[in-house]
Amino acid sequence: MYPADEALSGPERGIFNAYMVTALVALILFMMVGLTMRLHEAHWIQLSPVLFYELLTLHGTGMVGITWLATTAVMWFFLRKYVTLHLWAIVTNYVLFALGVLCILVAIFAGGYAGLWTFLYPLPAKSMGVWPPWAAELYVIGYVLIGVGALLFYLDATAGIINRYGSLGRGMGWQWLFGGTVDPNHPKAVIASSGVIIANSLGIIAGEVALFMTLVNLFYPDITLNPLVAKNVIYWFGHMVANATIYMGVIAVYELLPRYTGKPYLVSRPFIWAWLVTALYVIVVFPHHLFMDFAQPRWLAVTGQIASWVGGFPVFVITVYGALVNLYRSQIRWRMPALLLVLAMFGWAAGVVPAIMDGTIRVNAVMHNTLWVPGHFHFYMLIGMLPMVLALLYHQLGRLEQERAAAPGVTVAGGRTLACLDRIGFPVFFVGALVFVLAFLYGGQSGVARRMAEHWETWTASDGVGAIGASLVVLAMLYFVLRLCVGLLRRPAV
Amino acid sequence: MATQNIVWPLTLLGIGTVALVFIFVISQARKPATEQETQQSTHTAHVIQAWFFGLLVVGFALGTWLTLRHFPIPPQHAPVQADVDMDVEGFMWGWQIPDTPIQVGQTVAFRVTSRDVNHDFAIYGPDGNLVAQTQAMPEFYNKLLVTFDTPGEYTVQCLEYCGVGHGFMRSTLTVAADKASPAPAGTTGTASTASTSAAGGQ
Repeated sequence: MYPADEALSGPERGIFNAYMVTALVALILFMMVGLTMRLHEAHWIQLSPVLFYELLTLHGTGMVGITWLATTAVMWFFLRKYVTLHLWAIVTNYVLFALGVLCILVAIFAGGYAGLWTFLYPLPAKSMGVWPPWAAELYVIGYVLIGVGALLFYLDATAGIINRYGSLGRGMGWQWLFGGTVDPNHPKAVIASSGVIIANSLGIIAGEVALFMTLVNLFYPDITLNPLVAKNVIYWFGHMVANATIYMGVIAVYELLPRYTGKPYLVSRPFIWAWLVTALYVIVVFPHHLFMDFAQPRWLAVTGQIASWVGGFPVFVITVYGALVNLYRSQIRWRMPALLLVLAMFGWAAGVVPAIMDGTIRVNAVMHNTLWVPGHFHFYMLIGMLPMVLALLYHQLGRLEQERAAAPGVTVAGGRTLACLDRIGFPVFFVGALVFVLAFLYGGQSGVARRMAEHWETWTASDGVGAIGASLVVLAMLYFVLRLCVGLLRRPAV
Repeated sequence: MATQNIVWPLTLLGIGTVALVFIFVISQARKPATEQETQQSTHTAHVIQAWFFGLLVVGFALGTWLTLRHFPIPPQHAPVQADVDMDVEGFMWGWQIPDTPIQVGQTVAFRVTSRDVNHDFAIYGPDGNLVAQTQAMPEFYNKLLVTFDTPGEYTVQCLEYCGVGHGFMRSTLTVAADKASPAPAGTTGTASTASTSAAGGQ
C-alpha cells in the first residue's frame, strides 16, 4: 500500500506540503468566490458589476492556476519514483508561481484588472478606463512567470524521462504501438507524464507567445494584432493547460486504484494507443472554442468537432473502462482514497457527455457562452480532477498515520471520529457538486449567459439551485481542507 | 424542435447511463471471485470493450454525418439567399442595428462585426430561448442566417465578456406578423421560434 520508494525525504516533504497546502487553501478561497458569484446571479446578494468581474477574473485565473499547481504535485509525486527529478526544478516552479500569483493579485485588487483569465485581445488594452494599462501589464507578466516555471519543471521531467527511457516517445511506449511484447509493468505514470509534457509544453509555449503579443500591444498600442490569430493562440494555450490538470491528476488513479482493489492494472497496447490519441487530441481540439467565429476556416471548425468527439474515446474505452474492470469483483477496501478515486472516474466520464454535446457545432450555436460551458467543465474538474488530488492526499495521510501509529510511545486518538466525519463529508461533497453542475447545465440549455453580472429575472431560479449546491460543496471542502492540511503539517513520526 | 430540447434529454440519458454502469460495477465490487471466474470476467471484459469501441466508432461516424452533412455555418465568402440583409456592429457597450422591418417567415442575413473588442451577437426568441448567435470580432465579418418563424420581440444580448458594461449590451428586434395571418397576442410558447439556416448559397 505504501511502497518505500514513494516515501518523501525531509526536503521533498516540505515542497510537497507547500504545493498541496497552498493549493487546498487557495481552492477553498476560490470556491467561496465562486459561491459569492452564484449568490449574486441568484439575486440573493448584490455586487457591483466591477467587483463581480474582478471576482470572476480571480476565480478563473485562480482555479486554473491552483489546480495546475496541485496536479503538478501529483505528477511529480509519482514520476520521481521512476526517473530522477531535481528538487531545484520543482522549487523554482513553486517560487515563480508564487511571484506570478502576487503580480496577478496586485493587478486585480490594486489595479482593478477584470479582463478574465482568457485576456482576449484586445480587451486588456481597452477597458474603457476601468483598469489602467499597468494593471493589465502586471497581470500578463504574472502569467509569464507562471509559464516559465511550468516549462522549467517540464524540462526537468523531460530530461529525467530521456535519461531513463531514451525519449519521450519511448516513455509513452511508442515502441510497442505496432508490435513487440508490451512490458505490462511499464509505469503508467511515465506514459501519462510524457504525454502531458509533449502536449502541454506546446500549450504553454503558445501561451507565452500570446502573452508577449499582448504585452507588446499594451506597451505599444500602435502595434496591433490579428484578433482571430490571437484568439486561436490564446485558446490553444488555455484549453491545453486546463486539460493537462486532468491528465496529470489521473496518474493518481493509475497508481493508487490497483492498491485498493488488490488487482493488477497493467499496461496494454490499447492503453499506449489511447495516450497517443489523447496527446494528439489535446493539441488539435482547441478550434471548438471558435465555432461561433464564422470567419475561421471551415476545416478548422470540422477539426474541432471531430477532435472533441474522438477525445472522448480514450477516456471511455481505456481509462474509465479500465478502472471499472479493475474494480469489478475486486476486494476493494472502501476507504476515502478508494471512494474518491471511483468518484473521480465517474465525474470525468459523466462530464465528458455534456462536453461532447458542446463540441458539436450545431449544438454550440445555442450553447456557446451559456452556463452549459461551466456546467461541463465544472463536472469533470470538480467531480473528476479534484477527487484525484484529494485521493492522493488522503492516501498520503494514511501513510503518515500508519507511520505515527507504528512509532514507539505514540498513541493515535480520534481516528474513528475523523473516519466518521469523512463518511459525512464525502456524500455532502458529491450531492452538492452534482446539484451545482446540473444547475449550470440546466441554466445553459435555458440560454442563461455565463460571465455576466446582470442575470435576467427568469434565470435566477436555476442560479439559486446552483448556489445551494455550491454551498454544500464549500461546506464539505472546508472540512476536507482542514483535515488534510492539519494531517499533512503534523510532525512526522521519527 | 429546438436543439436544446434534444440535447438536454440526451445529456441526462448519457449521464444516467454512466451512473448506472458505475452503480452496477460498485454493487459487484466486493463479491469474491474464483480464479476461473476472474479469467472468465477478464475475457468478457475484453469482448465488451471491443464492442463498446465499435459502438462508439459507429456513433461517431453517424453523428458526424448527421451534424455536418448540412454544414451549420453559412458560407462566408459566397452569396447567400436572404430576404433581408443587415449590417450589425457591436461596440462597448451597445449594438448598432438597422431598423429594417422584418416579417415573420423571412430569412435575415446578419453581417456582424465589432468596433472595438470581441462581442457575441446572440438572439433570444420571444419565449426566452437562445435562437442563434455569432461572434462580433473587430476587423472581421461573420455572416449569420436566421429565419424568423414566430412574430414577436426578440432580444439581442452580448454573450462574449467585453468589460464591465457587458451585461447591459442589449437590444431588440421586432418581427412583425404576416399581414395574411396576424400574430396572436403574447408569445407562442414553443421553443422553436426561429431557425438558423445554412441552405442559402450552398
